[in-house]
Amino acid sequence: MSSESIMRFGVRFYIGIFFLYLFTPLIIMGLATFNDSRFPTVSPWRGATLKWFDALAQDGAMWQALWTSIIVAAGVLVVAVPIGICCALFLSTVQGKGKTFIYSLMMSPLLTPGVIVGISTLIFWKGLSVNGGIFLTVIAQTTFISAYVMLMVLARLQRFDRTLENAALSLGATQWQAFRRILLPYLKPAIISAAAIAFLQSFENYNTTLFVKGYDTTLTVYIASKVRTGLTPAVNALGLVMITITILLAVVYEWKRRKEAANETES
Amino acid sequence: MLNQLKARFGSGLAIGIVGMIAIWLIALVVLPQLLMVDYSFRPNLLPADIGGPKDTYSLVNYETLFSNHIHLKIFFKTIWSSVLVTALTLIVSYPIAFYLAKVATPQKAALCLLLLIIPFWINEILRTFSWYIILAYKGPLNAALLGLGLIDRPIRFLSGDGGVLIGMVYAYILFMIFPIYNAIESLDTNQIKAARNLGAGWIRTHWRVIIPHAKPGIATGCIMTFMLAAGSYAVPALLGSPGSRWFTQIIYNWFFEGGNWNQGAAYAFLLLVICIGFIALVMRVFKVGLGDIAR
Repeated sequence: MSSESIMRFGVRFYIGIFFLYLFTPLIIMGLATFNDSRFPTVSPWRGATLKWFDALAQDGAMWQALWTSIIVAAGVLVVAVPIGICCALFLSTVQGKGKTFIYSLMMSPLLTPGVIVGISTLIFWKGLSVNGGIFLTVIAQTTFISAYVMLMVLARLQRFDRTLENAALSLGATQWQAFRRILLPYLKPAIISAAAIAFLQSFENYNTTLFVKGYDTTLTVYIASKVRTGLTPAVNALGLVMITITILLAVVYEWKRRKEAANETES
Repeated sequence: MLNQLKARFGSGLAIGIVGMIAIWLIALVVLPQLLMVDYSFRPNLLPADIGGPKDTYSLVNYETLFSNHIHLKIFFKTIWSSVLVTALTLIVSYPIAFYLAKVATPQKAALCLLLLIIPFWINEILRTFSWYIILAYKGPLNAALLGLGLIDRPIRFLSGDGGVLIGMVYAYILFMIFPIYNAIESLDTNQIKAARNLGAGWIRTHWRVIIPHAKPGIATGCIMTFMLAAGSYAVPALLGSPGSRWFTQIIYNWFFEGGNWNQGAAYAFLLLVICIGFIALVMRVFKVGLGDIAR
């Protein structure tokens, strides 16, 4: 039995170390915000301060970048979510030759490095005399975010009971009504989740955006440029605010998802 | 195919669906990629010369890479380091995925999964930036190691590839854990019990029962991690030094500092070829199809 308990201790130890590894960076990042030092660090500790939040609030370029990010993410949402839904509907309906090929094409943006998505978009639109900027950022991000939406909607669509649709049709509903009143409400939770993920993916994207942003700057690009030049703990303050918001969103999202999952198993 | 869609959704909606997909696949996915390849075989010309007699296809942009030793070295280093990142991430992730799927109680597993997801929701730049603070010459890690008496003087983590590797494993670990977790979770626990009862040790059980079952998950994780590592720009830009540049940084410089897009397109295409080659290799080694990936 002793070897078994050593094993169990080993596993616990490993899990402990792993989660320490996962969360230390976030904690250090948060702590460095409050350190009264010119550079972001926690050692040596020079006393607590809140001045970096003030510095952040007065950073006009940051607010501009935040606004750009929101516009881009909203644009991506409007384009990528419908495309993703269409792809999922297509894949769940169509059978036959060529489907595998089309599926591979649809998946390919996820297996392509982000920089290449950015580069190919930049080159393609240059031929049409469109230069980098907010529009091109939306286009480039839509290229791969649509595929994420597709996967998430498809996952739910595969569990859909098509007899419901057939029942509606034989009771006299038109195809549009069956879609609008039966299928779409069923897909709603997946569409909302996909929209949330699409927004987040767009907001935090760096590799693709870097190539197509032109003279516009999204928040992620702004943070990266700050890290490389003119680094002060104001970046940490921004990081801490973003971490707090994302954790809140993540918890709400998980909580809602679980509640829905629980409702489904009950009914 | 259109008929199947029409039968289910009616003509209007079916045409809308096909139209949306066609626009996305043609204008956003396929044509840009093809044009990038086309670009890579053309010389870098002044706008007036484009379409003129000098505008001919050649391999000159590819020859640049093979005649430039520094770029070639960075190219191979990027591939090798990405393989290393993939292997390290797999080693770190497998025990966690197994623990979550088969050892932990459902409540514990649910809590751990939530904890795992939280860093994943946070911006990659911010996560990498925290490592920049931790690994700094006068940063907390060096302070802690000095305090414990493990080292005599601070280590320069950020001047070699070490910092980049640590940052990448951290950034991409979830892309490895989740596919493996999903694969192991679908294994019937009785199979593990049977192997144990019949006298197989833990290592043998993993090697003969669990890993073969988890193969599609492992393949997906490796493909995603390699692709993200080889195509990463943020992590090497933040945690690397001029001496540890990544191939993506060379590509970026061709575009925005060298002003030679054709050259940059050739380098980008090579990066894509490496990624496709890696995907093909992994699918062959693990004997999985494209349908098993990204489930």
